[in-house]
Amino acid sequence: MEKTAVHKASMPVNTYRLIQIVLGVVFSAYVIWRFYDVFIGNPAYGADTWMRFAISGVVLGSVYALVAIGYTLVYGILFMINFAHGDIMMIGAFGGYFVFEALKNIPSPTVGDPHQVFLNAHPIISVILAFVVGMIVAAVSGYFLEKIAYRPLRNAPRLVPLISAIGASIFLENAALLLFGSQRRDFVNPVQLTRGTGWNIPVNGTTVILPYTGVLTFVLSVLILIALYLLVQRTRIGRAMRAVAENKSTAALMGIDVDGVISRTFIISGALAGAAGVMWGIHLGLVYYQVGFIPGIKAFTAAVLGGIGNIPGAMLGGMFLGIIEALGPAILGLPFQLKDVLAFGILVLILIFRPTGLLGEVLSEEKV
Amino acid sequence: MSMLEINDIHTYYGNIHALNGISLKVEKGEIVTLIGANGAGKTTTLRTIAGLLKPRQGQVLLEGEDITKLKAHEVVYKGVAMVPEGRGIFARLTVTENLDLGAYSRTDRQNFAQDLERVFTIFPRLKERQKQVAGTLSGGEQQMLAMGRSLMARPRILLMDEPSMGLAPILVESIFDTIVAINKEGTTILLVEQNALMALSIAARGYVLQTGEIVLLDSAANLKQNEMVRKSYLGIE
Repeated sequence: MEKTAVHKASMPVNTYRLIQIVLGVVFSAYVIWRFYDVFIGNPAYGADTWMRFAISGVVLGSVYALVAIGYTLVYGILFMINFAHGDIMMIGAFGGYFVFEALKNIPSPTVGDPHQVFLNAHPIISVILAFVVGMIVAAVSGYFLEKIAYRPLRNAPRLVPLISAIGASIFLENAALLLFGSQRRDFVNPVQLTRGTGWNIPVNGTTVILPYTGVLTFVLSVLILIALYLLVQRTRIGRAMRAVAENKSTAALMGIDVDGVISRTFIISGALAGAAGVMWGIHLGLVYYQVGFIPGIKAFTAAVLGGIGNIPGAMLGGMFLGIIEALGPAILGLPFQLKDVLAFGILVLILIFRPTGLLGEVLSEEKV
Repeated sequence: MSMLEINDIHTYYGNIHALNGISLKVEKGEIVTLIGANGAGKTTTLRTIAGLLKPRQGQVLLEGEDITKLKAHEVVYKGVAMVPEGRGIFARLTVTENLDLGAYSRTDRQNFAQDLERVFTIFPRLKERQKQVAGTLSGGEQQMLAMGRSLMARPRILLMDEPSMGLAPILVESIFDTIVAINKEGTTILLVEQNALMALSIAARGYVLQTGEIVLLDSAANLKQNEMVRKSYLGIE
């Protein structure tokens, strides 16, 4: 008697698990079939097209990864989603934009070209300046965002700072609208970095362009990610951040200034988002007051995909999401306009079936 | 001048009056214990001294210096270390990283290796587990880590909150032996314990706390003989 009762009680769990497995198998089979169909059965695209997709995916993924880190760092320490993070990225993008605009107007005549401007005469310095300024303005915004919108709510219920974050996001977008207007501005790069130019790689008789802006974005983003990883794992401030993430009052008992560490976390995530904003501008070419919204939500998806709170997870999730977005529609035979649907569909699936994300398991094991 | 002196402390949790005018003294080089039932305010007292809780009234003096208004991390720089209740190790960090954080407040980083060696001499187990993630240690090892970590700060006074909690009896004894050894090396200790018998056997003096008030203070030897203490805290009729 007792045994059946126990068995009955556990039934719903088993059914749920069964549904999960069946759905998983069906979905995997569908994806495998699509892979077969697209690559072998009825090849829709040649290798050159796949390569273009892959390049765009990897570049986009590296930007997502940078922004996703910001979500994950803040979540790891405050257990809140900083929904204004995408708008910090927007501020960084504007920072880079105005640097290029300013440098475009500084004459720097040379013997060959009396109308030469600084931007084109010194492209490397210009790009460095754009990143430095973009990162600084975004970091400063992040610092004040925390101080004004989140710190007073430190001990409030968890939903409250979330609402404050959404409010801060609306505020930042409207402030940008007021300051910079609603028009989409063309992000003018140094002429050496003109969008659409790059190394030509012959594939299948045609040439695939490996854009300079894409390579710049990818390389820089990887370097920043490595630097961040070393900062968190190897330095005193990184150790303090990890300690605060685990237990704030014990961290304070070690002599760690918890508020200071939280401020620094916002400064670091702001700087990363700022860099991502400048990359977004340089590679995709448009800035406007809502430019951070979609990449912000995408990066949030990436952070959840990798396991929120987990730094390598955010990097992996960002890359993964960028690639899925670029290759997914082609592989699944969907219209390309549905790439956002695909990205957010993944968010929904992850939240239902694996809320801990791809690397979440590792995390929970270590926690025990 | 006393190492630590607290005068008429009143601490609240919201509107709950948790400490109702506590005063106590710990002299340099002493082990003093604070015993009392659950909810008497032992942990609250330690957290108030450490700066994690702010008293509405009263003073905390460290060798005569008023540290009442300092934030928790600033108190650490004054030479107060605390082993929190439930150990509070950083489970996702390695043993070495935990010990390193213990020395976070130290400005003389050149002595780090020497201090690490000292901790490893006291707790050889930790040396074997240096590279291990702290969450994978056993309960006893975690307690050793928490104590070792607090020593890395080279504190003037060490506050210990229930070091015996959740440990097997044989481990409890070795932990208490270690507390005595640490004290002999010159660290003043304020010990909060549920295990009153053990605490009184190593302490010089003891305070008995009841619902936020000190009801008794005496030498440890006298407290052991005290009728009320024997009944309520030692379980001896």
